[in-house]
Amino acid sequence: MIEFKLPSMGADMDEGKLLEWRVKPGDPVKKGDVVAVVDTTKAAVDVESWQEGTMHEQLVGVGETVPVGTVIATFLEPGESAQGVAKRAKPPTAAAAAPAPAPPAAPAPPVEPVAAAGRKPVSPAARARAKELRVDVETIAGTGLQGAVTIEDVEKAAAAPKTGADRAAQMRKAIGAAMSRSKREIPHYYLQEPVPMARAVEWLARENEKRPVTERLLMGVLQVKAVARALAKAPELNGFWTDGAFRPSAAIHVGVAISIRQGGLIAPAIHDVERKGLDELMRDLTDLVARARAGSLRSSEMSDPTITVTNLGETGVESVLGVIYPPQVALVGFGRIDVRPWVEDGTVKPVSMTMASLSADHRASDGIRGARFLAELRERLQHPEEL
Amino acid sequence: MKRMSYREAMRQALREALASDPRVFLMGEDIGLYGGTYAVTKGLLDEFGPERVRDTPLSELAFVGAGVGAALAGMRPIVEVMTVNFSLLSLDPIVNSAALYRHMSGGQLGVPLVVRISTGAGRQVAAQHSHSFENWYASIPGIKVLAPATVADARHMLAAALADPDPVVIFEHVQLYNLEDEVPEERGTDIASAAVRRTGSAVSLVTYGGSLPKTLEAAAQLAAEGIEAEVVDLRVLRPLDMETVLASVRKCRRAVVVDETWRSGSLAAEVMARIAESAFYDLDAPLARVCTEEVPIPYAKHLEDAALPQPAKIVAAARATLGR
Repeated sequence: MIEFKLPSMGADMDEGKLLEWRVKPGDPVKKGDVVAVVDTTKAAVDVESWQEGTMHEQLVGVGETVPVGTVIATFLEPGESAQGVAKRAKPPTAAAAAPAPAPPAAPAPPVEPVAAAGRKPVSPAARARAKELRVDVETIAGTGLQGAVTIEDVEKAAAAPKTGADRAAQMRKAIGAAMSRSKREIPHYYLQEPVPMARAVEWLARENEKRPVTERLLMGVLQVKAVARALAKAPELNGFWTDGAFRPSAAIHVGVAISIRQGGLIAPAIHDVERKGLDELMRDLTDLVARARAGSLRSSEMSDPTITVTNLGETGVESVLGVIYPPQVALVGFGRIDVRPWVEDGTVKPVSMTMASLSADHRASDGIRGARFLAELRERLQHPEEL
Repeated sequence: MKRMSYREAMRQALREALASDPRVFLMGEDIGLYGGTYAVTKGLLDEFGPERVRDTPLSELAFVGAGVGAALAGMRPIVEVMTVNFSLLSLDPIVNSAALYRHMSGGQLGVPLVVRISTGAGRQVAAQHSHSFENWYASIPGIKVLAPATVADARHMLAAALADPDPVVIFEHVQLYNLEDEVPEERGTDIASAAVRRTGSAVSLVTYGGSLPKTLEAAAQLAAEGIEAEVVDLRVLRPLDMETVLASVRKCRRAVVVDETWRSGSLAAEVMARIAESAFYDLDAPLARVCTEEVPIPYAKHLEDAALPQPAKIVAAARATLGR
């Protein structure tokens, strides 16, 4: 029998609330299948399976909150039979749900069946109340007619911890905990390097001229790819610090810091950046931003980043010296791209520049390796056509 | 307080009208010698004589038309039509004359006519005597439409209708005539407002006429399950008192409209449309209705029962709005 545990989907997650089961007992589960949807303080995340088998028993009910690492379901291994496996006791839960009373028998209501709506059914009054209470109706399970969300559902959700109005505060708290841990445990060192961006800017402009608006590239994609290429020269910046040791990662999953409109921050991964072309990365980034803001990320995207890239250039700052997101060991920052005086061959020229920065964990690497990385990053950005 | 039947209350109202105003007279099929198909006018011929209680030929077109003429000429006729099915023959004088003259005369000619029509099913008198068309009349500007559903309203609405300078049509559900209740001594009632017959906060049950007792019974069953339904009696079908209905719906946030007319184009449909127009954002569940099945009313008892709104159907619809 396989125990399916609630994974940690980020250093700032220590519990999750089960929103929905996507796999019923008896259903086969393949690697990468979404087994359940779990609410972390940041988003509703699709939790994927890393194993193959058949769903045997769901041990946590919808609406229950359990700590990370709790066995939330069991799968039968291929060839295993349900009869041969004993039932498990349900795990203790943070918020035990009372069993629903059996509904009284009633004659079929004389209500004509309503065709499935194009969106989640929410009563008009519930929608208005949710707006008032700043509760996201999409995360609420409805108890009304045809499963519609009612006013009562909204008010219950608003009263329950970790939803609605509390979400922003909870996210603040989670970010605070992760960043405090980072500053408490990680001996950061910081390096900065001005990077001429004229070639990249020109190349990008020419490239985008050839493309329809929907397929145009953003500078951020070039930067993410350049980071991945440069990491080949500095593997000690890519991976995790766990249990007192650095574990490098062969794959490069770049966490992209995305600000959430309602407040807060999330840094889900673009997977295998070193193996992907710019077009694919652009599609991934667009998709990731949309889903991050809609609150529908996958668990692997939340827990996988091996390094984080943040770009605060759009807001106008010159450079950013970031705080590493544990258990990662490095964070790369980019400031705004600006025309600045630059001395080349004894002449001062106006040149497009950005300030690239590296925050790195001194336990895993030394400044000289970081410096090499930044030099390589600068070099890579001088050859945008090779990215 | 005096206890009496709905039939007796209506008879007392007629007697009072005849006694207090010499312009008032009654006209209709079998209302004199026979005492009325539902025995409402029994004894009035002896008391007031054939000049004021007049049996008519079997022609709704003729005697309702004569009522319009008499009203125009200064009388206060009260015309009885045996069933709403037969009233279709008198649509022209009511809809095309009485309802229009105030408008067509630039306000000079009022038609102070009262037409009493029995309506509804449940007495096994088969399709041609059992339908409900009060919703048709309620769609016509120029007339008022009343549906007394309580003994007190049966006793007092007639006087208010006679006092109105324009035509008023009163629908009396045939299942109500034997209903008995206490009637307060004080005279008078309005013919403008709906009434809350039972207060509650879980779901509004909006109804009128013959469906009121069934709806109150459904509300009692719901209360036994812990669901406190509010029951609104429309009383006046035109013009509708939406203020009372909307106040109830805004409180309960769910509504079931109960109406014995056929579902399509029912009065329930109009009430639901107005609720949706004015209180959409207050609703916590889709609006629902319990109407008559879209069949000619059957003769056989079990089929007639199955075709009509019944307490069990009302209870089920109310539960459904609560997701139960």
